[in-house]
Amino acid sequence: MKPTFHAKKAVIAGIGQTEFSKDSGRSELQLACEAIKLALDDAGLTPADVDGMSTFTIDNNEDVDLVRSLGIRNLRFSSRAPHGGGGSMATIAHGMAAVEAGLSNAFVCFRAMNERSGARFGIAHLAPNSNSKGSGSGFLEWSMPFGAASPAAWTGIQAQAYMARYGLTNADFAPISVQLRKNAATNPLAWYFQKPITIDDHQSSRWIVEPIFRLLDCCQESDGGVAIVITTAERARDLRQKPAVIAHATQAVPFETETVTNFYHQDLTAFDSGLHCAKELWGRTGLSPRDIQVGMLYDHFTIAVFWHLEAMGFCKPGEAAGFVKDGHLALDGSIPISPNGGLIGEAYIHGMNLVTEAVRQIRGTATNQVKNVENVLLSAGMSGAILSRC
Amino acid sequence: MMATPEMTASRETARRPQPIPSRDSLPFWEGAARGELLGQRCADCKLFRHPPRPMCPSCQSVKWEWLQLTGRGKIAAWMLPVHPRIPLFDDPLVCVLVDLDEGIRIFSNLYECAPDQVRNGMAVEVFFVPTAGDKQVPVFRPVRGERS
Repeated sequence: MKPTFHAKKAVIAGIGQTEFSKDSGRSELQLACEAIKLALDDAGLTPADVDGMSTFTIDNNEDVDLVRSLGIRNLRFSSRAPHGGGGSMATIAHGMAAVEAGLSNAFVCFRAMNERSGARFGIAHLAPNSNSKGSGSGFLEWSMPFGAASPAAWTGIQAQAYMARYGLTNADFAPISVQLRKNAATNPLAWYFQKPITIDDHQSSRWIVEPIFRLLDCCQESDGGVAIVITTAERARDLRQKPAVIAHATQAVPFETETVTNFYHQDLTAFDSGLHCAKELWGRTGLSPRDIQVGMLYDHFTIAVFWHLEAMGFCKPGEAAGFVKDGHLALDGSIPISPNGGLIGEAYIHGMNLVTEAVRQIRGTATNQVKNVENVLLSAGMSGAILSRC
Repeated sequence: MMATPEMTASRETARRPQPIPSRDSLPFWEGAARGELLGQRCADCKLFRHPPRPMCPSCQSVKWEWLQLTGRGKIAAWMLPVHPRIPLFDDPLVCVLVDLDEGIRIFSNLYECAPDQVRNGMAVEVFFVPTAGDKQVPVFRPVRGERS
């Protein structure tokens, strides 16, 4: 199915990204500036055109510093989206809403961080820091005093409930890492370019959270910046690139849900936020899983891919492990996953490098290009989006 | 087999970081410091809730009461954090989500049970271990003779 779009529909007209590394050697502000400038160049716009902006609540960059660095004249709309990487696609939702409401005509979404060389996510979080406020997580108060102080620990305990219910072991996660590293191996922009892994590599990597996650179940820690530019379909006609239409973008903050420390909704094996995203995305676009050619599924940990597949309806609850084992996620499978290698294989820019790859897949310019791409799903749990060819 | 946490539970030193209460949760942590597991309940519709919050999500009342809980429940999920190793905690350290009899779920630790013996659905009961700052936090152990 192919939806039709009106002239004021929001589209992604430009993408930009710095190199992805473990030590960028420059400030997070510089990474943000560089990524935004690249996205504007890609679109054929200038900083003077920019009048809207969004990033994450936990991004360390201030809009005023970006305005004065890039030479932006005035932001009519500036927002931040909560929920960390789970909320990554919320930046798109905010941009879409602003552009379609006429509150902005050139809206930048960005994320820039020295997350490996600076404040790492994967270390123990035992005291208030820049990630413990405004992210929608209760980890500092309710998990820290019990020695669960990292994202792997918080996600791992939810994963255990799922594994116990469906009789899975850590080995069931291996095909996900192997596929994502295979994709990254042929992507020169990926940190793990030319470094594929085997099932044995996965199974012999050390435990991070026992008996749930090994090292190769975890996404990377990365330095880098990513930006996109959103405008209307009408304006994009005069710009440099073929636009990727934002068929829809949404947030999901269901009752008793938290970011990462999502312990309090009734059924721990159900991906409550993803289910709400699915209902909204399919309902608003009229699309269904059959219409999706590429799944950019937020892979902070391997288990999350199972959760996305089930919540979005690619398979039924409890069937994801078998679905993955059957090869559906391969580049020539029924729902190819993150052809850039995702957060495990390419880099962890908090989900935003999934967006740039989604746009390349729509344009038909990706290194690991999937054939005949009409619609790409971006699924991050507490936010999601569908990008379409116009 | 790994060392059993019970060997270290008794000498759990006060290295464990103390909780960082909020205004809304302070009575929970004050109760824990006294060795009491308290649950917040709506004073109007009597619904228990956790984490604590100022309004009842069912009837929107801002009247609440703190009740001593039975301290019994069942393990809903568990895991062992291995890396990064945090020297302030015992090793091995079993983390659990416990579904309490009152219908609320809390995050905690499990003691007196080898990691390879932990099972979802296992019946557990509360006790308390000290933290830095002369506080205590609620942790759990299997209910003896009732392992399910």
